[in-house]
Amino acid sequence: MAEIRKLETAKLMKKVMADHFYEIDAAFKSGKPKVAWCTSVGPAELLRAMGFVVYFPENHAAILGASRAANDCIPAANAIGYSPEICSYLTSDVGAYLKGFTPLAKIYDGIETIPKPDVLVYNTNQCRDVKDWFEWYAREWKVPCFGIESFVNVGAVTKYHVDSIAGQMRKLAVDITAATGNRLDEDLLRETVRLSRRCSDLWKDVLEMAANKPSPLTFFDGTIHMGPAVCLRGTQVAVDYYETLLKELRGWVAEGVAAVAGERHRIYWEGMPIWGKLRENAKLFLDLKTCLVASTYCNSWIFSALEPDDPWNSMARAYTELFIVRDDDYKEDYYRRMLDIFGFDGIIFHDAKTCPNNSNCRYGLPQRFSKDTGIPFITIDGDLNDLRCYSEEQAITKIEAFIEQLDG
Amino acid sequence: MISFVGIDIGSTTAKAVVVDQEGSILAQTVQRSGYDFAAVARDVFAKVLAKAEVERETVSGIVATGYGRRNVDFTDEQRTEIFCHARGVHHYFPEPVTVVDIGGQDNKVIHLGASGERLSFTMNRKCAAGTGAFIEEIAYRLDLPLGELNRMAETAASEVTIGSFCTVFSCTEILGMARRGIPVAGIIKGVFRSVVKRVAEMDALEGKIVMTGGVVDHNPIVARMLGEAVGRPVATPPHPQAIGALGAALIARDMQES
Repeated sequence: MAEIRKLETAKLMKKVMADHFYEIDAAFKSGKPKVAWCTSVGPAELLRAMGFVVYFPENHAAILGASRAANDCIPAANAIGYSPEICSYLTSDVGAYLKGFTPLAKIYDGIETIPKPDVLVYNTNQCRDVKDWFEWYAREWKVPCFGIESFVNVGAVTKYHVDSIAGQMRKLAVDITAATGNRLDEDLLRETVRLSRRCSDLWKDVLEMAANKPSPLTFFDGTIHMGPAVCLRGTQVAVDYYETLLKELRGWVAEGVAAVAGERHRIYWEGMPIWGKLRENAKLFLDLKTCLVASTYCNSWIFSALEPDDPWNSMARAYTELFIVRDDDYKEDYYRRMLDIFGFDGIIFHDAKTCPNNSNCRYGLPQRFSKDTGIPFITIDGDLNDLRCYSEEQAITKIEAFIEQLDG
Repeated sequence: MISFVGIDIGSTTAKAVVVDQEGSILAQTVQRSGYDFAAVARDVFAKVLAKAEVERETVSGIVATGYGRRNVDFTDEQRTEIFCHARGVHHYFPEPVTVVDIGGQDNKVIHLGASGERLSFTMNRKCAAGTGAFIEEIAYRLDLPLGELNRMAETAASEVTIGSFCTVFSCTEILGMARRGIPVAGIIKGVFRSVVKRVAEMDALEGKIVMTGGVVDHNPIVARMLGEAVGRPVATPPHPQAIGALGAALIARDMQES
């Protein structure tokens, strides 16, 4: 049986993420600098330029999922009125808090709890659930909570959209200063946006290494290595990390090293990861000699619109250009562009029970794309964190049957 | 004589089929799967060989399929039930068809091209509504023998409408009807109609439709009802319940030929 190949840079990842959590923990315990919570595609650059260390609860929720602690936590949130039908990141994270549990305490010596924030800042570009999630903590801890109310189903991103979001961001800075005393450093904002853009460009280059045949990395690698792009964009640490990773991947490509030995098929993964089954699914595809070469999910932390010389408008554009904010015509065209870059044989749509915004198979999009391009697809029913919504045997049968179909 | 065996360890029943070099069926057998899939696989294999009067040594290929395919420890060749059903149906219907399979715990819609190639497929979502398990649960709750359901539905003077998706809630709905004195035959007919509705909404049912699986094998009314739903007759192969095992046997034969 084939073994999952590990990139050497994964060791550096452990250190980078440990440093990140220890930095936040130290800030939380000492009160300096102040801690801001931020949604994963929220205005992290703004918060860094206002002197906060930034904590991303979605990352914490993903760790709950990947460590399979989520299903012990979700019922606690359900019991206080947060439905099993809503975002299982929210219910995992709130449930973990209610149970006094965090996997960070298991992983990192000296960290006992998640860091209580001085301010919570969301962007509804992903969904409304992030707002509900942050507002729960705001009520629990009596901490100020602010956010950006984003657009949905956007076709072309226009000046109207950009002006609105940039205006909300400027007001956000004023509100945060009033609530916390932290002031914006405009020079630091430009520098942070520059570093974020550099991180984004490098992350894009990393992901596009999978355009090589065979691919040196898989979607599963992407879900691991995206950590710094989510949690540390806007810092030199993230830039350095992706320069190292990119160098290693280029070496693999030069040597013809395949992430999936004997790569027979190349698949695009659409939707959220099934965090609690990453390893099993990575092994399943490895044994099927099939590489999941690309995904919308990992691409979601590419912010090519960021421009240090125009930080407000470019942040507004970058956080509105996201796939998840866009209409189906845009999404269909996006898949075509991905097909051109990565050359895949099929698409797997993950219909995540508790994440309708990131389940793009509910309005006929797979059928339209398949009819137009001839690229076959299947849909897997599951969830990002709630494994009660995932029938593993059925999913395996579907995936194996799909590969048999591609085999002809 | 050279022979090939297909073994389909489904969630509810285990099936085995033996075919000869020409693909003609020599024997087939069906029994409950139980909980020990490895044991039932050995058992169903031994029984089908005995029935076909075939010696183990003359078996040139074995392919396992179904949810328990990995438990069949006397062959390394496993294929999904999607592939095997497609192959079995193509044996009888060598033309473009849409296969509708109602199994014990899952339903499948498979679109086949003229050469039997799988163009696409859909399976039911996690819910078991509309599967054989749904019908078994209803029969259990109403204390009716499974073998009687088709006759009852065929002779029903009326038909109820089952509103719920959920098997458990459907049972509650049905028990309420029984309490109100609604004739049980009409309830059973409504149950079959509900199964057909669940299948018809899974995928676009285009072209010639062929139904397979244990439900239609024991309850032919389901094929007729699906025909009413799509506005044209629905075909069934001989022994629809064993079509996956037949497909597996034929794949074993194909493998040797190639």
